[in-house]
Amino acid sequence: MAIHNILINSGEWLRSEGPHHQIVVSSRVRLARNIRHHSFPGWAKKSERLQILEIVKTAVESLPEMAEAHSVYSQDLSALEKQVLVERHLISREHAAKGVGSAVVMNKKQTLSIMINEEDHLRMQAIRSGLQLKPVFKMIDKVDSELEERLEFAFHAKLGYLTACPTNVGTGMRASAMVHLPALVLSEQINQIIQAVNKIGLAVRGLYGEGTEALGNLFQVSNQTTLGEKEDDIIERLNKVILQIIEHEQNARVTLLQKKPVTLFDHIGRSYGILRHAHSMSSKEALNLVSHIKLGIDLGFFPEACRHPIDELFMETQPAHLQKGSQQKLAAEERDTLRADIIRGKVGTFPVPEIPKNDGDAASGEAAG
Amino acid sequence: MTCDVCKHNQATVFLTQIVEGKMQKVNLCESCSKEKGVTDPTGFALADLLLGLGAAQAMEGGNSVQKCPVCGFSQQDFKKTGRLGCASCYETFAEGLQGLLKGMHKGTKHDGKFPARMKSEIEREQEIKTLKSDLKRAVAEENYEGAAKIRDEIKQRGVET
Repeated sequence: MAIHNILINSGEWLRSEGPHHQIVVSSRVRLARNIRHHSFPGWAKKSERLQILEIVKTAVESLPEMAEAHSVYSQDLSALEKQVLVERHLISREHAAKGVGSAVVMNKKQTLSIMINEEDHLRMQAIRSGLQLKPVFKMIDKVDSELEERLEFAFHAKLGYLTACPTNVGTGMRASAMVHLPALVLSEQINQIIQAVNKIGLAVRGLYGEGTEALGNLFQVSNQTTLGEKEDDIIERLNKVILQIIEHEQNARVTLLQKKPVTLFDHIGRSYGILRHAHSMSSKEALNLVSHIKLGIDLGFFPEACRHPIDELFMETQPAHLQKGSQQKLAAEERDTLRADIIRGKVGTFPVPEIPKNDGDAASGEAAG
Repeated sequence: MTCDVCKHNQATVFLTQIVEGKMQKVNLCESCSKEKGVTDPTGFALADLLLGLGAAQAMEGGNSVQKCPVCGFSQQDFKKTGRLGCASCYETFAEGLQGLLKGMHKGTKHDGKFPARMKSEIEREQEIKTLKSDLKRAVAEENYEGAAKIRDEIKQRGVET
C-alpha cells in the first residue's frame, strides 16, 4: 500500500467512537522491546542497525495483523510525510528525526504501528478512539506474543524486558489516554488535577508527549513506572484514574453552567465568532478555539452533526496535515491563511450556538459580581 | 547555582515535583528550560528531565572507568545520553543502576509478562539449580546411589556436573 493512502485516509482512532469518546479522544499502549545479543539502536554501529532492521522488518511484516500493512524505510519518507505521521501519533518525534537504518510498519486501519530502531529496536503501539485501554493492551500484547515466536527479545529474569532507557525497563509498557478537559481548564482546577495525578505515579503531558504544551485543552495521562507492577495492574490503575478525571470534567461542566454561565457562553460564543470570521490563524489559536466549540457540542449548544467536522479540525489544522494537500512547502503566513480558510469553510456552516435561557439567579449573580 | 543540564549557565528556573511522596528537584538555565519545554508546567513531567541528569548522578557510585565488556559502553556515555548501550550494560552497571531503578520505579523486580521461550529457560535454570544443590546434599550424606541418579538428571538437561 502506498504511503499516499495512509496519508489521505485518517486513522480509525480519529473517528470519535468508543466509550467516553466525548472526553477521551484516544487510548494508546506501546511496548518497547530489543533483540537479544545486539546493542541498542543509539549505540549500535550502522551495519548492526541495518542488520537488525531487516530481521525485525521481515518478522513484523509476517504478522497476520500486518497482512495489509504499509511498511516504509525512514529515508523514503519526506519531512512533511513524517510530520503527518507524528501528528497522527503513528510515529514519535524522535523517530521522525531518523534516517537510514530505521523504518515504520503500520496496519491499514492505522490502529497498529511498529517503529523499528527508534530508541529501542522495537516500539510497537496500538491506538483506538475513546477509553479502550484494556482492548488496546490486548491488541498489542497479542502482537508481542506473535513476534516473540519469531524474534528473541532481550529479557532479564529480575529486570524484565531490557530497554535503552532505564525508565522503560520491566514491562517496557507505556499506556496513555488523551483527554479533552476544557471545563477543568476554564475553571482553573486543572493544576490540582495534574498534581493529584502526579502524586499517584502517573504523568500528565501535553498533546505531543514529553515536554510539549497542553494545546487545545488536550492532555495525555500515562503510567510513569514500568518495573515492579504487572501490565494488567498498570492498565487497571490508569483506567480508574481516567474514569475519575472524566467525572471531574463532567462536574466542572455542570458547575460552570450553574455558577459561571456567562463566562462559559462568552468563551464559546467568542470562539465561534473568531473561527467563523478570521482570515489568519496559528495552529495554537485554532486548537484552543476549536476546543471550545467541541465543548459547546458536548453541552448541546450546537447540533450533533457538528461533532465530526470539529473533531476533524483538530487534526486538519495541524501544520503538516494542512500542507499535505499543497504542492510546495508553505510559509508560516500562508499556512495561517489556509488554516483560517479551512476553518471558515467548516464552522461557517454551523448555526449560531443555542445558548440555554438562563433562569435568572446564577447568571445575574455573576453579572453583579 | 549552575544549570543541571548544560552545567554551564546560571540556573534561573527551579522546579520541584513530588512523585509518590518523593521530592524531585531540578535547576535549569533559561535556554535549557526552553529547550526542554518547561515553559508550560501543565505539559511537563519532571521525571523525563530528571532522567539523564538524576540518572547520571545516581550512577556516580559505580566505577566510572568501567566499560561494558560486550558493547564497550562506559558510564561516561550514560551520563551523556541517559541511555544504555546494550542488554549486558544492565549487568555491567548493575551496582550503579540499582539505586537509580529503585528511585524511578514502583519495585525492583519485574512482575509482568515473560517471553514464553524465556520462561522455559528460566524454569530450566531453576530446575538445574535445585538439582545441583540436591546433588551436593546427596554427596554430603554419602547417598551415592541418589547422587548418581541426580547426576543423570542434570546430564539429561545438557549440563556437565
